[in-house]
Amino acid sequence: MEGTAMLFSEIYGSYYNAVAAILTEAAAGGLTRREITRIVEEKAFAESVLTIPAALEKGEWPLLDKEGKSLLRHPPTRPLTTLEKRWLKALLLDPRIALFSPDPGGLEGVEPLYRPDTFVCFDQYADGDPYTDEGYIQRFRRILEALRQKRMLRIRYRSRAGRLYAADCIPCRLEYSAKDDKFRLLTAGKGKMEAVNLSRILSCEMLETRVPAGFHPPGRREKELVLLLQEERNALERVLLHFSHLEKETRRIAHGLYEIKLRYDPGDEAELLIRVLSFGPVLEVQSPPEFIGLIKERLSRQRSLSFPGAAQTENGK
Amino acid sequence: MAYSERIKDFGRIRDFMRSFYVYGFKGRGEYDAKSPRSYDNERRRVESWLGDYMSFRRDAAGKKVFLSVDSRQIPGNPLYKAFKAKSFTNKDITLHFYILDILAGQSALSAGEIIDRIHRDYLSRADAPFPLDESTLRKKLQEYAALGLLCTQKDGRHLLYRRAQEEPSLPAWADALAFYAEENPVGVIGSYLADRLGGVPDIFRFKHHYILHALDSDILCRLLLAIDGRQAVELTLKSLRDGRTYRRTVCPLKIYSSTEAGRRYLLGYHYRGRQMSFYRLDAIQKVTPGRGEKKFSLYLEEWGRFDGHLWGVSANPEGRLDHLEMTLHIGPGEDFLLQRLEREKRHGRVAMLDGQTCRFSADVYDAAEMLPWLRTFTGRITELRCSRQEVVDTFYADLRRMEAMYGGDGHAVQ
Repeated sequence: MEGTAMLFSEIYGSYYNAVAAILTEAAAGGLTRREITRIVEEKAFAESVLTIPAALEKGEWPLLDKEGKSLLRHPPTRPLTTLEKRWLKALLLDPRIALFSPDPGGLEGVEPLYRPDTFVCFDQYADGDPYTDEGYIQRFRRILEALRQKRMLRIRYRSRAGRLYAADCIPCRLEYSAKDDKFRLLTAGKGKMEAVNLSRILSCEMLETRVPAGFHPPGRREKELVLLLQEERNALERVLLHFSHLEKETRRIAHGLYEIKLRYDPGDEAELLIRVLSFGPVLEVQSPPEFIGLIKERLSRQRSLSFPGAAQTENGK
Repeated sequence: MAYSERIKDFGRIRDFMRSFYVYGFKGRGEYDAKSPRSYDNERRRVESWLGDYMSFRRDAAGKKVFLSVDSRQIPGNPLYKAFKAKSFTNKDITLHFYILDILAGQSALSAGEIIDRIHRDYLSRADAPFPLDESTLRKKLQEYAALGLLCTQKDGRHLLYRRAQEEPSLPAWADALAFYAEENPVGVIGSYLADRLGGVPDIFRFKHHYILHALDSDILCRLLLAIDGRQAVELTLKSLRDGRTYRRTVCPLKIYSSTEAGRRYLLGYHYRGRQMSFYRLDAIQKVTPGRGEKKFSLYLEEWGRFDGHLWGVSANPEGRLDHLEMTLHIGPGEDFLLQRLEREKRHGRVAMLDGQTCRFSADVYDAAEMLPWLRTFTGRITELRCSRQEVVDTFYADLRRMEAMYGGDGHAVQ
């Protein structure tokens, strides 16, 4: 198993890729130091320029001749490893692969790295997108094509409230959430990014109109949430991991007390609210005031449901 | 030893990157490093790989380095770069290109023939001396055969090597790679393949995307191979709370993943404890494959029964069940609450009691594990009952603490 299991191997590394790119370009004629450095900067890490050109020049890696020409007789290529093939084969068992339909040729007789039921996403929402629905697959592929060709889309969709809408839009990205198990089409709206669930799109048509050259998708709006964390019940690790996918900054204020600043999309405020509530009293919202207001409103409503008498007294005030 | 941006051991850098990314408030002296110099080297490496994503802050206690990324806004997982920084020797990289070049012509050659060609075709044209013996070459050939880069065939007493032939056409996979390199649990392999294509289309973005999982890819890959091979494994674990190292021998069965909390676990049958047990992937330091497990199917059947009463990953050895009921008020225009319950109920049940009231119920091993989810319904709960009263008591005690936190006594909460 050891050979197959070598996921962390130099053959996949940036150094090998950079050297392969150098040898490819150096097949026809010698490369200058500047050309080698350019390839290294493009393919490897910030400090790789200190190592790779020198190793090639000094003959520590005897792959170039004196003129900087490749010693190899063919452009460097590498066969796929068994691990890479097994990973690709595993993808063919994923229901979402129908959205892409890649050519499975060359994987005959290869064992998948794992079966889909090896993974249990126990808190994933149960109303994920219909990946086997032919209409859904066609619409997905049409959007993918429009994104590739940078063309406008005409979509008809049903809103959450059940209203029908039609719009010509600039498709920017397809966004996937593993938690929701849903794709959303991100489009450029009036100066901001808008999202439409793919499962709500009834039809879509790729228009002849191209996305204007030099078009840049609008940036996201952002707000900052400031939280105070009391370290108990392993809260620090739980909270920081839970919100680790957001841009954040954490400071230790005192022993067992931390301030966490999260940047979030205001469109996700309702979701963020219940995520903060889920941590109970170990997490206190410091700002913005409107977010604190939402928490207070929830607590007040809960009090009136838990203690109807108390609510009556409040209402009577 | 001189500093290098390449690394031999992934384990140490994994801990550092996790600390930079998840915590980000620790100073130089608070890391589990052998010496401040060792911390400086690790930090320098991460900066070399991920300079664009690193942030710095200076306070009274010194300089703090942290990684801060909104994973929804980036085209690819930057943490994969750590997997592309494996160290190697001069012979490793030179032989890599020589061997694959010599065998590019579909020929099958012995180790002796390959070394002759290396001397004839390459080293004779090189300036500097490059000592190379046949045993070094043989080891490399065997390694590449194990990786699947080369195939072997017998020719009398000689073992011949040739390049592996059958493989898919990667350009036809470009869009799929753009998606799965990010979304797949071992997407780093997709990232390797994307590198071979010189990049993939920038089409996708990912919400609720725990890029940190990348750091556990090697461990996960070894577990997947053991599960597929129906092999027992010895796990070396390091407690995330106190740093204690310990070992467990288990039959690995499933990978449990929380899409909401960012945690992933191995579920395995723990031989010594004679029970199903969960192990955090980020706590596993090493996976050593063991013997084939003849009872694998039996353990899988046992898992099928076991899973039916899990809420998350907490169980109790006796298999005792907690019964929990939560009654919710659904106001006008709040049908989304019902939708929420239906999609988030897991093994629970939902029933409408009247036009404005519904009840969620579940029988689970550990109802305390449901508390975070129950709290997300704050403001809707008319009744909470549980066969373990302490769960209900904790819920309401926490609620009182929150009321005090946000406005003094209960009446002040508006």
